Amino acid sequence: MSSTASIRQATSAEVRRAISGRTRSAGEVTFSLALFLTLVIALTVLVVLLFNVARTAIPVISDQGGRLFQNGYSSLPERAGLKQGIVGSLYLMVFVLVLAVPLGIGAAIYMEEYARDSRVTRFINANIRNLAGVPAIVYGILGLALFVELLKPVTGPGSVEGQSLLAGALTISLMVLPIIIITTQEALRSVPRSIREGGFGVGATRWEVVRSHVLPNAAPGILTGSVLSMARALGETAPLIMVGAVTGFLSSGGGIFASLQQRFTSMPTLIFAYTKKPQPEFQDIAAAAILVLMGLILVVNLGAILLRNRYERTW
Amino acid sequence: MAQAVIDGGAVTAEALRGAPARHRRERRMKAIFFSAAALSVVISVAIVLSLAGGAINFLAKVDLSTLWSEGWFPRRDLFDVKTIFVGTLMVAAIAITIAAPLGLGSALYLSEYATPRARRFLKPILETLASVPSVVMGFFALRVISPQIVQRLFGSDVPLFNMMAAGIAVGLLVTPLVASVAEDAMHAVPSSLREAAYGLGARRRATSIRVVFPAAVSGITASLILGVSRAIGETMIVAIVAGGTGGSLFNLNPLKGGQTMTAAITSLATGSDQVRGPGPAYPSLFFVGLLLFCITLVLNLASERFVRRVRRQY
Repeated sequence: MSSTASIRQATSAEVRRAISGRTRSAGEVTFSLALFLTLVIALTVLVVLLFNVARTAIPVISDQGGRLFQNGYSSLPERAGLKQGIVGSLYLMVFVLVLAVPLGIGAAIYMEEYARDSRVTRFINANIRNLAGVPAIVYGILGLALFVELLKPVTGPGSVEGQSLLAGALTISLMVLPIIIITTQEALRSVPRSIREGGFGVGATRWEVVRSHVLPNAAPGILTGSVLSMARALGETAPLIMVGAVTGFLSSGGGIFASLQQRFTSMPTLIFAYTKKPQPEFQDIAAAAILVLMGLILVVNLGAILLRNRYERTW
Repeated sequence: MAQAVIDGGAVTAEALRGAPARHRRERRMKAIFFSAAALSVVISVAIVLSLAGGAINFLAKVDLSTLWSEGWFPRRDLFDVKTIFVGTLMVAAIAITIAAPLGLGSALYLSEYATPRARRFLKPILETLASVPSVVMGFFALRVISPQIVQRLFGSDVPLFNMMAAGIAVGLLVTPLVASVAEDAMHAVPSSLREAAYGLGARRRATSIRVVFPAAVSGITASLILGVSRAIGETMIVAIVAGGTGGSLFNLNPLKGGQTMTAAITSLATGSDQVRGPGPAYPSLFFVGLLLFCITLVLNLASERFVRRVRRQY
């Protein structure tokens, strides 16, 4: 009797304290602040990085901007520039857009719209997921073995030795392909079934349904994924180094088709080459190159985020 | 088609099939899409073949005792695998020590504490951090992390090129990935579980740590494994700041320069260490690549398995 009473008393005191007590305790506040701090640290890194690069790069660009954007790679700091890198990176982006994006969308359409849930389908799906996790440098080794050595007569005959823009662009395309497939699959999956059934109900074939019903509704998601993969292509370095894009030259004339079989360089490989040089002037040029590259990537990413926010819808 | 239905007086199967041209186009589109999907399998096969071909070539040329010697010096025909393997593990361990608290803390904050509005604002910034190219992070490591953080904390006798700076930079690069995968897992925890905890009088901290965290533990494990896998495969940062150009002795001190598997591959393929010719140095690149591929594959499969466990639960 007395023990029940004491338990009751203790419990009621406990409940009263819990209900009437302050909702914020010191522990609660500290914990939420600690979590917030982790996020702040992660974001501070980005700010410090951009600030540090900009502080070096802006004077360099304003002093020597003309030369930087007109000259190509050079081992003399007063002659070194970024032009070939910018041109090479833009060519790479165009190539990814033309080759990898349609292939990736096609593969995703097959996996989501055509394939039945069979063992083969599951195998291909698992395979795509694993490809997305393969380190970039392994794609570089693939490019080295396949496009630079095996397909040398196609990618870059003669003195180019296969280390051409074509070899680099194919390597990068293979690398971003699984990312495009996976993001497109997600976009297709988010289109509700009823939309497809509406198409089938009026007698459309599968491709007609895909073209007129599914793709328009999945377009924002597909576009976002493609844009992000292009940002990835813009910043990826290791595979390009493997296929020999460090000190190449892009010919000034002949356009994109003629330069496909010639040596090339890109912004990230140029940054790597300049960073590795001992003279401090090259560090400044590398900082300027990073500012240009980060600017491009931020613009591309911002575009993708805006696209997503603008068109995102829930069914 | 409509004509056929009227003529026959009855709806035949033939009439419902539709125009043959549409069927042909349908089959053609399906074939095109299938070959695009099959290409992914071809890529996998090509990766394995190119790696294995070069690796076998290497093993045929090399004296096997040099695979376990005092260091990794391909030009002197010393291919000590444990040097680059331990170097890789060291960088990955430092990286995950940085990325786990930062990534999981950010994920918990975004999923449990941030208002929807703050979330919409903070998540894109985190994604932007994820899009910083690794070569840029390497430059940052060389310019800021190594002199301002590592040399300040551990004394200025630490060389500018060291494994610690590389590990920290890789950790910062991997943080957004860990955060985003872990946040997905925490977000997938049904709110009924949280409400049950609140109903029992738990506050937000107890709910986060004792309800949400255990419920999302497979996804969180997956995020950490994925982080380690990415850290092992990260190349440019270690190539710039880890200081293993030319080779490295076996080394367990993270405050010294060292060699990782990825950095060994790049230095074999580029710059002053570029080696071609009949010796075993050039094909050793494929051998290291094969090792790297196998390690990351196992880690990715493990992480995939953990992610699937979350999906099955809820």
